[in-house]
Amino acid sequence: MWEKKPVLLMVLATAAILVGTIVTMVLPFVWVNTDADRIEGVTPYTPLQQEGRDLYIREGCNNCHTQTVRPLVAEVLRYGDYSKSGEFVYDRPFLWGSKRTGPDLARLGGKYPDAWHYQHMKSPRSMVPKTNMPDYDWLSDNPLSATVIRNKMETLGFPYTEAQIKALDGKNELDAMVAYLQKLGSDIPWRQAAEVTIVGDLDNPFPGDTEAIAAGKTLYVDNCAACHGDRREGGIGPELTELGMEDADLYRILHNGIADGGMPGFSSLGATRLWQLVTFLKSGE
Amino acid sequence: MEQPSYNTAYNTDIVRSFATWSLVWGLVAVLVGVIVSLQMVDPDLNFPPYLTFGRLRPIHTNAGIYGWGVGTIFATFLYMVQRLCKQPLWSDKLAKFQLWFFNATIIASAVTLLLGYTTSKEYHEMEWPIDIMVVVLWVAFAVNIIMTIIKRKEEQMYISLWYMMAALIGVAILYLVNAAAVPASLFKSYSAYAGTNDANVHWWFGHNAVAMALTAPPLAMFYYFLPKSTGVPIYSHRLSIVAFWSLIFMYLWTGAHHLLWTPVPDWVQTLAMAFSVMLIAPSWGSVINGYLSMNGQWHQMKENYLVKFLILGITFYGLQTLQGPMQAIRSFSAFIHYTDWVPAHIHMGTMGWVSMISFAAIYYLAPRIYGRELYSIPLANLHFWLVLVGQLIWTISLWVAGVVQAGMWNAMNADGSLTYTFMETMVEMYPYWWARVVGGVIFLLGIVVFIYNIYMTARKSEPAASAASAAGRA
Repeated sequence: MWEKKPVLLMVLATAAILVGTIVTMVLPFVWVNTDADRIEGVTPYTPLQQEGRDLYIREGCNNCHTQTVRPLVAEVLRYGDYSKSGEFVYDRPFLWGSKRTGPDLARLGGKYPDAWHYQHMKSPRSMVPKTNMPDYDWLSDNPLSATVIRNKMETLGFPYTEAQIKALDGKNELDAMVAYLQKLGSDIPWRQAAEVTIVGDLDNPFPGDTEAIAAGKTLYVDNCAACHGDRREGGIGPELTELGMEDADLYRILHNGIADGGMPGFSSLGATRLWQLVTFLKSGE
Repeated sequence: MEQPSYNTAYNTDIVRSFATWSLVWGLVAVLVGVIVSLQMVDPDLNFPPYLTFGRLRPIHTNAGIYGWGVGTIFATFLYMVQRLCKQPLWSDKLAKFQLWFFNATIIASAVTLLLGYTTSKEYHEMEWPIDIMVVVLWVAFAVNIIMTIIKRKEEQMYISLWYMMAALIGVAILYLVNAAAVPASLFKSYSAYAGTNDANVHWWFGHNAVAMALTAPPLAMFYYFLPKSTGVPIYSHRLSIVAFWSLIFMYLWTGAHHLLWTPVPDWVQTLAMAFSVMLIAPSWGSVINGYLSMNGQWHQMKENYLVKFLILGITFYGLQTLQGPMQAIRSFSAFIHYTDWVPAHIHMGTMGWVSMISFAAIYYLAPRIYGRELYSIPLANLHFWLVLVGQLIWTISLWVAGVVQAGMWNAMNADGSLTYTFMETMVEMYPYWWARVVGGVIFLLGIVVFIYNIYMTARKSEPAASAASAAGRA
């Protein structure tokens, strides 16, 4: 009967389409972005950060980078605490992405110092030789427009101060991008929560071991050289040629990083490789 | 062949124009695809600000979906609706407007995306002025199709018409809801939804755009062009009824399988997973109906190039609708999501299923819209093998890549630490990404052969002798 009545067919088809739509797409609005998943401490973007976010969108960064950490062991180890609904309430649009050609960025904020981002955005291959990320040095040629950014903040209804608008003077697109990247995932104190206190004695199992030194050297090239230099001469991070500190103290720093100093923790490398790194760094080679 | 090929009342000019333009945009889509695949292996091939991977990739996807995919939908629907209704198109003028507005929309999309005006929402990147153009375009199309159906002389509506009408409604609802945004300026808007809600709305759109633009329309084509090409009707009408209604009912529940393990509520994810698995049944309803329609006709796979495209197409649809539900299961998604496996899945659907059916449809139409016999069947066969081999190299290499990458991402040492850094996993991808370039270039060659064959048909070929010979049967 519906096969002979086009209007009836269309009404029935609309009804069929709407059932799943209402249950799985409309109904979640009752709970999502309400008090049920609100997180205190999550703040809207500042004018500079919001502009950086819009540039992230303009350049299609989301085509290669995701922004959600899933509650899976390997993923939390690699990127940090898993993402929570309440962290995204100011994200219009969402930028979770669908493909990790590059790493997830949901917990990037605060991982590296600003200097790392400037150098990496300008020339990713200068820090990570085999990456396929293109250079974004040209962003620093483009000044920001306070008028445009103010209008965006008004549209979004985000709070801002005249001082923040004034501070945009002389800033460029790269400044905005770095400001945005440094905000990512840092509204909740997950890094402090993830920090572990190492208990018991810390004894280097490989003191002076030549194999450990060789392994540590490889680890250094892959993980440390971008900031501390190929010959440990320093760069974004300090030079490391003459480390006077105890093995155990060095191990602690490598494990947890130095939050205020912009040094990320490398606990995901595991104890064996961290000791190899310590052994290499102390060997003076 | 109950219909004369050149019923003067039927509007074939508009079908020809849409077919021609869909070929142009198809070529652009594949060409840009090859360019971005090269950018993946060599970052020096990015030329900022306009020609970077981040800006070109949406042009590749949107030219493919809206230029090639929807262009072919326009051509074939406008052809099929007139014949299935035994009724000339309701408005030739509206169709003419639709043609020019279609091209204007595609060009405006490409230009604005190059300029960096994007919403970032996958397969819906165009900013709000273009959204309005898309809506106008779709309304013009829908009104013409629906009015033609309402004025039809054939009381019974054939299967293809059901899928057409579902697609018209489905795309309209999905596109409008997902487009909701607050403009900040002419080319910048902010989504009406935030964070987790935005993600859930978007993938409800994203997955069902696949359903309503890249599944229902190719099925409408398949149900029409397979019997037309083989000369044998569809095996089971009842099966096609069950498959149709269960397909359009179940699809809408599954969007969140793109968001498994994310902050979207667990129950939404679980429903998406369950319905995705259930969706195998209606999908395979059409696959099996297609295969059984070939009873006693399998010899045509050798003799009739149209049947080859159609049967390979429905076969890839069958594989796609098994692989998709597999990926929609939480445990497998945890492993494979975000890797290169997923683009390979999409490309089996687009290159293997949607494009194969569209190629067959355009080959079938060629003698009828250009009024000439197909220029070369051997070239059509060459085209078939190039796009098949190109697609298989593309997809198989990236499935392997995805498994390798997922394995490396998840590999852990005895002390609970990660075995590989992210860069170590990425470096492993380069050989596979090169294999994709090779697959893409072979597919592109296939498209070039196809376009050459159609071009020569339009320009140089013998006038079509009769409808029977024009059906592609040797």
